[in-house]
Amino acid sequence: MTMTLAMALPARLINLNPVDWAIIAIYFMATLGLGFYLKRFAETGEDFFLAGRQMTAWVAGLSFLAANLSSLELMGWAASSYEYGILTTHWYWIGAVPAMLFLGVVMMPFYYISKTHSVPGYLQLRYGEPTRMLSAVCFAIMTVLVSGVNMYAMALVMKIMLGWNISFSIWISAITVAIYVALGGLRSAIFNEVLQFMLIWAGAIVISVLGLIDVGGWGGLVARIHAEFPGQDYTHLWRGLGSFTTNPMGVHWTGIVFGLGMISSFGYWTTDFLVVQRVLAAKDLRSAKMAPIIAAGFKLFVPFIVVVPGLLGLVVLPYHLVGETQAAATGAFSYNEVLPLMLARYCGPGLLGLGITALIAGFMSGMAGNVSAFATVWTYDLYRPMIERRAARRGQLRPAAAAAAAEMPGTGDIVGFSGTVPEPPRSDRHYVSMGRWSTVVGVLVSIGTAYFVMQFASIMDYVQALFSFFIAPLFGTVILGMMWKRTTSAGGFWGLLAGTCTSVSMWLAIKYHPAALAYVALSSHAKAMAADLYQALWSGLICVLVTVLVSLMTSPRPEAELTGLVYGCTLLPDEGEMRLYQRPWFWAAIVFTALFIGNLILW
Amino acid sequence: MAAEMHHSHFSIWFYIGALLTLYGALILGAGIWQISHPPAGVVLQHLHAGIWWGGFLLAAGLIYLAAFRPRRS
Repeated sequence: MTMTLAMALPARLINLNPVDWAIIAIYFMATLGLGFYLKRFAETGEDFFLAGRQMTAWVAGLSFLAANLSSLELMGWAASSYEYGILTTHWYWIGAVPAMLFLGVVMMPFYYISKTHSVPGYLQLRYGEPTRMLSAVCFAIMTVLVSGVNMYAMALVMKIMLGWNISFSIWISAITVAIYVALGGLRSAIFNEVLQFMLIWAGAIVISVLGLIDVGGWGGLVARIHAEFPGQDYTHLWRGLGSFTTNPMGVHWTGIVFGLGMISSFGYWTTDFLVVQRVLAAKDLRSAKMAPIIAAGFKLFVPFIVVVPGLLGLVVLPYHLVGETQAAATGAFSYNEVLPLMLARYCGPGLLGLGITALIAGFMSGMAGNVSAFATVWTYDLYRPMIERRAARRGQLRPAAAAAAAEMPGTGDIVGFSGTVPEPPRSDRHYVSMGRWSTVVGVLVSIGTAYFVMQFASIMDYVQALFSFFIAPLFGTVILGMMWKRTTSAGGFWGLLAGTCTSVSMWLAIKYHPAALAYVALSSHAKAMAADLYQALWSGLICVLVTVLVSLMTSPRPEAELTGLVYGCTLLPDEGEMRLYQRPWFWAAIVFTALFIGNLILW
Repeated sequence: MAAEMHHSHFSIWFYIGALLTLYGALILGAGIWQISHPPAGVVLQHLHAGIWWGGFLLAAGLIYLAAFRPRRS
């Protein structure tokens, strides 16, 4: 999306009525009110950074999903659905649901039992300080940059749709998020995300329902797509994936299954702290396991509000949408405008305000997710170790702490003091205060990024790519650490570094020598979309390979130090007497079966 | 389930119920107004989506308000 696009399009797509403005204004008041009210419950570090670990499975689950359902996600994937057809559903189904179920059933016990406050925190317990630092620094930088990029993109959409000034959109949204997250911490972010989740559905589902009525139901939609686009397969999930040339996306089923379904999605949904933080706030282990499963159940239905509007746009809009470059050159509408155009087509005053509120809510839930995760990683994984190192250098060691340290898993790795731990030189209240300030600073850096992107629009692609570099290999590091007790600290660090470097190298190769895509994706017919999938696949495999090799060449940690961190060294708590329908695996099986049936129906 | 969702006398579901009720009333009112003042350029206006969707949100909001209202412990 570029500035030229904003200038080429009409002043605004949509005109709001007073009732629409009232709905938007009420939304802002509701989110701020929630933040001010919840401030009283954010007194301790556990309250501020982990919502007191009091969230029920439903609250944690809906928040887990909402943190990912940003408005750019909604509009971006609706645009992709218009361009590539129903294939985009893979990013919601095989590209999310199995990983979410795996997180709930297999990985959550280790995250939860270790009582870690973050994913880098788990890496510190399992692998030591260098791996935590590598992970935390990359995550913190990328989180605020991506937040800024998203902020700018959202402001640009508001300018195109409503004619709003870009600075107005950036500042009003950023200040609102900064206030409610800084005041109420993760609890405020989570409760607001649940609220936003409801509004996103309430506002977006109307488009799909009315659109399907307009075209005569799902059968009518498929028939019209086939009639208007003969020879192109926009309506099957798997049928066209036997070759790179038989589907609009230019991908092969191996890329979808292995690159997307086994590496990318597992990397994002099980190790990206932005989403995992929501589940760590669950009140008990069962809730922590159920939360991703509940989210996976809802995830199955997200294509109805994202993919269906894109497909409807193919047949009901009176003009054909084009790519951004062409749109900028010709003044036509681009793919990215499909959701706002559908909103304007079906929604009158009132519903229009609700739809716009859904997009703003989506934006805020994504941004709040980013800044709350940033505040936690900065405070606990970067700032606190720095303070502790400084205190250790000054000799502020309390001998009595050594005994306690011996009982804490992984503390032997902290700042190289084997068998001892430095006395925390700051109070819990100090870290809460740091969390609040880092939230504000995170938002300010995001705003700065948004203005920077405004001057250099192409930086958006780079920042988004940077984020993806780290996520795919991280899954290999975390899962090997959890499942294989032989994995060593050196193996974890070098594997993660090698995987990240592999991803960066392939991206650079394709960027400056597009012909390299044929080697990365194993076909000269592969298109850009396939590049991401195979990049993830190779970086994940390299990470695993290097981790295994280095681990076999280095000395493992004693098993006693791996208690609570690794499968085989951890006694998982008994779930106790429960009815069948209360067991997490039962619901995971139902969701997985629904996923299987959905794929068969749309095969 | 109601008690399970509460934290320190605060229920996010009650809060959501209040918001849905308010939104439902506004959208329903706007939908009724559009019977006599139909907006230009909106497809399927004759279905009066604002009325049924506003009504649905209003009903859902009221149900949430009733189900998750603060109770004395």
